[in-house]
Amino acid sequence: MLAGPIQELVDELGRLPGVGPKSAQRIAFHLLEAPKDEALRLAASIAKVKEQIRLCSRCFNVAETEICSICADPRRDPAVICVVEDPRDIVSVEKTREFHGTYHVLGGALNPIDGVGPEQLRVRDLLNRLGNDHDHKIAEIILCTNPNLEGEATAMYLARLLSPLGLRVTRIASGLPVGGDLEYADELTLGRALAGRHEMAG
Amino acid sequence: MGTFRDEGVVLRTIKLGEADRIVTFVTPEHGKVRAVAKGIRRPKSKLVGRLEPLTHVTMMCWKGRELDVVTQAEVLDHFRGIRDDLDRMPAAFTMLETVDHLAVERQPMPALFKTLVGALRVLEERASPVLLGAFLLKALTLEGIGPVVASCASCDEDAPLVAFDAHSGGFLCRSCRSGQAVSAETVRLVRQILGGELRAALAAPPSRATAEVERLATSATEYHLDRRLRSAHLSSGFG
Repeated sequence: MLAGPIQELVDELGRLPGVGPKSAQRIAFHLLEAPKDEALRLAASIAKVKEQIRLCSRCFNVAETEICSICADPRRDPAVICVVEDPRDIVSVEKTREFHGTYHVLGGALNPIDGVGPEQLRVRDLLNRLGNDHDHKIAEIILCTNPNLEGEATAMYLARLLSPLGLRVTRIASGLPVGGDLEYADELTLGRALAGRHEMAG
Repeated sequence: MGTFRDEGVVLRTIKLGEADRIVTFVTPEHGKVRAVAKGIRRPKSKLVGRLEPLTHVTMMCWKGRELDVVTQAEVLDHFRGIRDDLDRMPAAFTMLETVDHLAVERQPMPALFKTLVGALRVLEERASPVLLGAFLLKALTLEGIGPVVASCASCDEDAPLVAFDAHSGGFLCRSCRSGQAVSAETVRLVRQILGGELRAALAAPPSRATAEVERLATSATEYHLDRRLRSAHLSSGFG
């Protein structure tokens, strides 16, 4: 139907997440009609990402250099490690501006049904980080995995593994979203919100 | 097409698009149901927290052609005792995985559903070493593919049974033996489980026999499903 190269582009775009055949066609024709430098800029940035981005050798965040910008930042507290499932979770935590420590990316969560066990995650690398604290003593590990079944199982597994090592192991709190409504809160979340209530000074 | 209501236990979920998930349930009246939970990955969704795996819910769905759509869900049981205990979770995962493979879409399976909910309740209350094995054997029997336990599966002789082979379909006597060797206690436990004395079997303390029951039940399940139960093999490395 379409000329070879454009059909090829449609097929490639259609492989992207959330892009169906119709959207792929729309994007392909947009690129075809767009100024040449704009389209090539996209091509160049895809090439750049694939060539220049790698994983930080310390925390496994995406990085341009051997050590990511967070691990390399002297203002960050290396004694506190926030354990997350995915580099995208780092973005979410960073947006809060509440955390000034460093991270560790596991690369997923325990999921027995899909065959993801501790060996498939970067658990050993985390333990190695604790073991060879050549420069800093690690004081606290914050378990910041998703509050779903897999994330909770991962947090419990890590807590069991880490707590004998004599450091502070904490789990992020679970509660109601700001602007939410008690009426629509599920029992598990509301129950945890109650269990984790805190004193209020009037 | 319209809507339908049913109870269900969430077996697994997979991400779909930006904020949705496809949730797989097992239900008594509609068998396995795969339904889209729209917007469930947003923290303020009215479905959030209700459709995690290992949740017993009552729900309402729009019937779709391929996938249904969950419109409402209310939790009947979160099984917190399992959820908060790393040691009980592997057995629960294995049960969910098995049911996911046994259940057929849109084919009522009230007995399998009841067995699953019952087994999860028992798992939440106490840690019986034969629970997982008992669940698997019961589930296979409900599907009509349970093992032969009364006499030798190969020669039908009423001789003492000394081995279990999923390929032969059950326990075997000394002259036909193949597969896994089992003790007389194991045979007795399996007969109790399938013979209406489940309660007595569940009270058995951990022993070599209870470990054998779990092993033979897992191998029989894997043989009939023609696939490995991933969660059963990971459980040993869990914690």
